[in-house]
Amino acid sequence: MFDTSSLAKAIFGRLTLESLPLHEPIVVGTFIVVALGGIALLSAITYFRLWFYLWREWFTTVDHKRIGIMYMVLGIVMLLRGFADAMMMRLQQAIAFGGSEGYLNAHHYDQVFTAHGVIMIFFVAMPLVTGLMNYVVPLQIGARDVSFPFLNNFSFWMTVGGAVLVMLSLFVGEFARTGWLAYPPLSNIGYSPDVGVDYYIWGLQVAGVGTTLSGINLICTIVKLRAPGMTMMRMPVFTWTSLCTNVLIVASFPVLTAVLALLALDRYVGTNFFTNDFGGSPMMYVNLIWIWGHPEVYILVLPAFGIFSEVTSTFSGKRLFGYTSMVYATVVITILSYLVWLHHFFTMGSGASVNSFFGITTMIISIPTGAKMFNWLFTMYRGRIRYELPMMWTVAFMLTFVIGGMTGVLLAVPPADFVLHNSLFLVAHFHNVIIGGVVFGAFAGIAYWFPKAFGFRLDPFWGKLSFWFWVVGFYFAFMPLYVLGLMGVTRRLRVFDDPSLQIWFVIAGIGAFLIFLGIIAFLVQIAVSILKREALKDVTGDPWNARTLEWATSSPPPAYNFAFTPVVHDNDAWWDMKRRGYQRPLAGFKPIHMPSNTGTGVILAALSTAMAFGLIWYIWWLAAVSFIALLAVAIGHTFNYHRDYHIPADEVVRVEDARTHLVAAGAKS
Amino acid sequence: MKAETHALQPAPGDHAEHHAHGSRESYLIGFGLSVILTAIPFWLVMAGVLDKQLTGLAITLLAAVQIVVHMVYFLHMNTRSEGGWTMMALIFTIIMVVIGLTGSLWVMHHLNVNMMPGHDMSSMP
Repeated sequence: MFDTSSLAKAIFGRLTLESLPLHEPIVVGTFIVVALGGIALLSAITYFRLWFYLWREWFTTVDHKRIGIMYMVLGIVMLLRGFADAMMMRLQQAIAFGGSEGYLNAHHYDQVFTAHGVIMIFFVAMPLVTGLMNYVVPLQIGARDVSFPFLNNFSFWMTVGGAVLVMLSLFVGEFARTGWLAYPPLSNIGYSPDVGVDYYIWGLQVAGVGTTLSGINLICTIVKLRAPGMTMMRMPVFTWTSLCTNVLIVASFPVLTAVLALLALDRYVGTNFFTNDFGGSPMMYVNLIWIWGHPEVYILVLPAFGIFSEVTSTFSGKRLFGYTSMVYATVVITILSYLVWLHHFFTMGSGASVNSFFGITTMIISIPTGAKMFNWLFTMYRGRIRYELPMMWTVAFMLTFVIGGMTGVLLAVPPADFVLHNSLFLVAHFHNVIIGGVVFGAFAGIAYWFPKAFGFRLDPFWGKLSFWFWVVGFYFAFMPLYVLGLMGVTRRLRVFDDPSLQIWFVIAGIGAFLIFLGIIAFLVQIAVSILKREALKDVTGDPWNARTLEWATSSPPPAYNFAFTPVVHDNDAWWDMKRRGYQRPLAGFKPIHMPSNTGTGVILAALSTAMAFGLIWYIWWLAAVSFIALLAVAIGHTFNYHRDYHIPADEVVRVEDARTHLVAAGAKS
Repeated sequence: MKAETHALQPAPGDHAEHHAHGSRESYLIGFGLSVILTAIPFWLVMAGVLDKQLTGLAITLLAAVQIVVHMVYFLHMNTRSEGGWTMMALIFTIIMVVIGLTGSLWVMHHLNVNMMPGHDMSSMP
């Protein structure tokens, strides 16, 4: 005989009305705002009848350019969420002095700092970096698309699935309260019995599938689809850093997947991999997750290094200084990034020999990184530098990143780390390298390649405003944290006793507010640029007088990228073509073989997300049904034989003629 | 316009490349070796000829040999396939696995000696 509660349990698992955080006024307020915004957006799409267009042209697309743009949109949307968390923490820490509890309770505050870290790394930095690689790499190597276009679409939607789960945890249930790496024993079922850690595990597992597959895809693309004549040592530096990043992804993300799977087993079926007793060891979790975690930071920063290389040589009007040393430095960083993971837990109790080995390897990494820094400086030396927006971000990066690098070497000294570990000094250090390196790199990349993607430049006024707010705001927000860290303030604190510390937190809060203005200015910049797109238009396809192949085609590039595959004779292939008086071919076009769009990626990712939701809430029927559906759709897709089509030669002629007219009109005016 | 500077390229998603395929003989050799390498561990465990630790060691070794057999006979790995890229990937993988395994063992050994109850930290090298 079934009573209602066991029936409800069978249907909804542990999801009940009490799971909705209705008792948290802040969350309810956020939900109302998000719901109103969401309803407005959805009704606007419906009103303008955009659903069919979005589904056919964007959601189901296998075009690497559109997938790249969608990754960027995802990254920017999630930046708003991650930054809202940051503002909440800064405000809490600025007011929680002298007996004040601030405005966030511990339960909520712990979720906020965990969500901030997870979102910023996995759903902001990763999509921005992956998006730029996805957009630019095939164009830079003269390819028509990536090696596996359907896989690319699937990878993107899996990343979205992970992001959806993390966002959902805000309104249905709660998120982990463990810090961004969910160390056991705190993240074990005994200490975190609620759904927070399960949201964390399954959100990252779903997104991790996408990341790993897109890594495989881009490696394959770079190895197999380079234009004729483009040897490895003629590849643009951004392509080189992308290759190394994707090698790192493929080699390290399986470790994350495995360690999270083991944690899931501990939580779901009662194994003892990371428990305190029965032979388990939480220290093994820390060890394993950092074998993934340290390469991860290089996964983020290497593409940024590539962007800065492209920007520096373009805006200095010179070939990149020390191309070969740049490539070797990148490869050396790739290998060394696997040899330093223990510096994240010097204080866990290894002996002197282990700590000194990992301390020294960490310091050695600063050598190839320093070599890169000098290469950029020598590229600028005696160049005709144009301080356009991408170049401004690059110079800001060079100044900021060196400070972050130096505090990093300082932390690499184990005795210093024993004093500074777990302090705000560490928090300041990694924000210094991630904002100063990855975020500045992403903004440089966006400003640099935006005209390629949309055919008009970004408005420089709002861009410069955003730049100055960001850079000044960064220094205001994080230099006080260095000071506080040296004074011994530990990270993740919610309330403080010593009133003399308050002024530093207030300054940091002001810095965060300046960054907020920078983000607003960035959004305004995009809106203003769209409104003024006629004035900012570029018809040449090469607005910066740049050097690499992506600038050889039109802006935005046609679906097939290049009507004829270019042949490469030199590094900086496009510069070499311009120098030798290259003329666009105007006749002799042939039909072009292209992959077809498919909705399977969206469906598979939606089913994976549903399965994860079922597992999080113990709704076993949902997990089982979506798993079976997942297999059925995946197998069904193998019987889809309509995977490719030919763009007829007439169509290519029409597109290329249109461009010829545009270029001619642009040259006259 | 220089016509020779433009060449047609296989469309993305095309797999026109010719891969090295094994002969029936090489597949059979691989199959035979795999069966033998799988049978020995079963026999070792079921017959209990060696003591526990040695059995474990032997199984690990035979498993490693079997990995090589699979790579050579089933995945057609050699120094020339795909222009040397598969070999390069293999070497990279081995380096990563060796770093990860030896590093973890070294680190966990230290943690085990130092951090488990009843030890003192000054005894570590």
